[in-house]
Amino acid sequence: MSKTRVVITGLGATTPLGGDVASSWEGLLAGRSGARRLTDDWVQNLAVQIAAPVAVEPTEIIERVKARRLDRNAQLAVVAAREAWADAGLEDSGLDKERLGVAVATGIGGLHTTLSNYDALLKNPRRVSPLAIPMLMPNSSAAYVGLEFGAKSGVHTPVSACASGNEAIALGLDQIRLGRADVVLAGGTEGTIMPLPLAAFSQMMALSKRNDDPERASRPWDTDRDGFLLGEGAGVLVLESYEHAVARGAKIYAEIAGAGISADGHDIAQPDPTGSGARRAMERAMVEGDLTPADIMHINAHATSTPQGDVAESLAIRLALGKDADHAVATAPKSMIGHLLGAAGAVESIATVLALHHRVVPPTINLDKLDDQIDLDIATEQRKLPDGDLAALNNSFGFGGHNAAIAFKTI
Amino acid sequence: MASTEEIRSDLAVIVNEIAGIPVEDVQLDKSFTDDLDVDSLSMVEVVVAAEEKFDVKIPDDEVKNLKTVGDAVAFIERGLNG
Repeated sequence: MSKTRVVITGLGATTPLGGDVASSWEGLLAGRSGARRLTDDWVQNLAVQIAAPVAVEPTEIIERVKARRLDRNAQLAVVAAREAWADAGLEDSGLDKERLGVAVATGIGGLHTTLSNYDALLKNPRRVSPLAIPMLMPNSSAAYVGLEFGAKSGVHTPVSACASGNEAIALGLDQIRLGRADVVLAGGTEGTIMPLPLAAFSQMMALSKRNDDPERASRPWDTDRDGFLLGEGAGVLVLESYEHAVARGAKIYAEIAGAGISADGHDIAQPDPTGSGARRAMERAMVEGDLTPADIMHINAHATSTPQGDVAESLAIRLALGKDADHAVATAPKSMIGHLLGAAGAVESIATVLALHHRVVPPTINLDKLDDQIDLDIATEQRKLPDGDLAALNNSFGFGGHNAAIAFKTI
Repeated sequence: MASTEEIRSDLAVIVNEIAGIPVEDVQLDKSFTDDLDVDSLSMVEVVVAAEEKFDVKIPDDEVKNLKTVGDAVAFIERGLNG
């Protein structure tokens, strides 16, 4: 039985580089950093005082009364989903809502709500918000996106740390291929630039401590990299069966060819240093998408700027693509936007789709001296992609040993 | 001592903040649920905010009796005067 073809018909994002897809993409192409030194009072005692906050506060966009019922995670997700919905032209499309699904991931969930209500609890239990549970539950963002558009097929929240966004896209693809939905709003969200995550990731030695030079802190593949930069934001893609998209005359950015998911079976936090789990994810995505390494002309790497992770991924890419990695132009958007955790896969899938659509790969910044353990063809400035049929991979890996790769192709 | 109108006016600000209802719509004869569309969770928030604003206790079993803005204002007045 032939697989149902699934295409991307809408994009929405809010990132450290801009409040929508166009400004975020322009920032990526320009090699602009979204990092800054935090000035909040709470940051003074922390070892890490830098992050990449969203460029546009979601409360500037979402109506006040609605915004106060949404955790920051859900606010960001709704902003991205509204843009994707409008971009896909779904508003007056007569879409059967029982055929509309949602898969919006998060790595951590409604942490602002959890912590602020814990503070309230310590003062007086009656001050705990009656909305605390629906705001802090990890599925809250997906649920609010579903409510926003009346989605009545499944509404899902995959949780796999920093692989979550890609897992949501994989799940959305499956829902359409299994015939459960015609359209799925798939993506991820994370808004947790707060003292606890900064302190906790810092205690894991996962974050860059380059406090005096925030824009240079995230430096994937560079010899002087010292950890990732915490970012925030959300990305939502409209996945749609090809048949449905063509029938309503939708514009199509790219095709989502396949998804590959694997687990390292190695360690809760360290990547498998041999790269074998990540390799299997990429291979599965290619097999599912009827692609071979020769087809892959671009890799949006997970490349968080941690010493171990960047090397393991480079090994994995070489194992998965072999000599064909020579022509797969690699880039690391986290050099500019930082690590968006559960939103990373979604926002970077959007970047991958746009790279195919516009046939240009955004640069990786801060790569001054390439680590000699890295064997990839890296774009350090904009790189044009060739004409003809192209495919690309977007990698996301998460604590817990989760690996998720998505294969996209031009249409 | 706060007048009925002062209490109504302060309560209207709370209802506006929580549920987005225009302050001028929050009148004594209006039902929270039927006229103002304040749902049960928002009502809990309104009650807690009113307790803090007016420094009165509004027990949980009392909330179901506060059907209109006037009911709430009268309860708060009794609390302030009692």
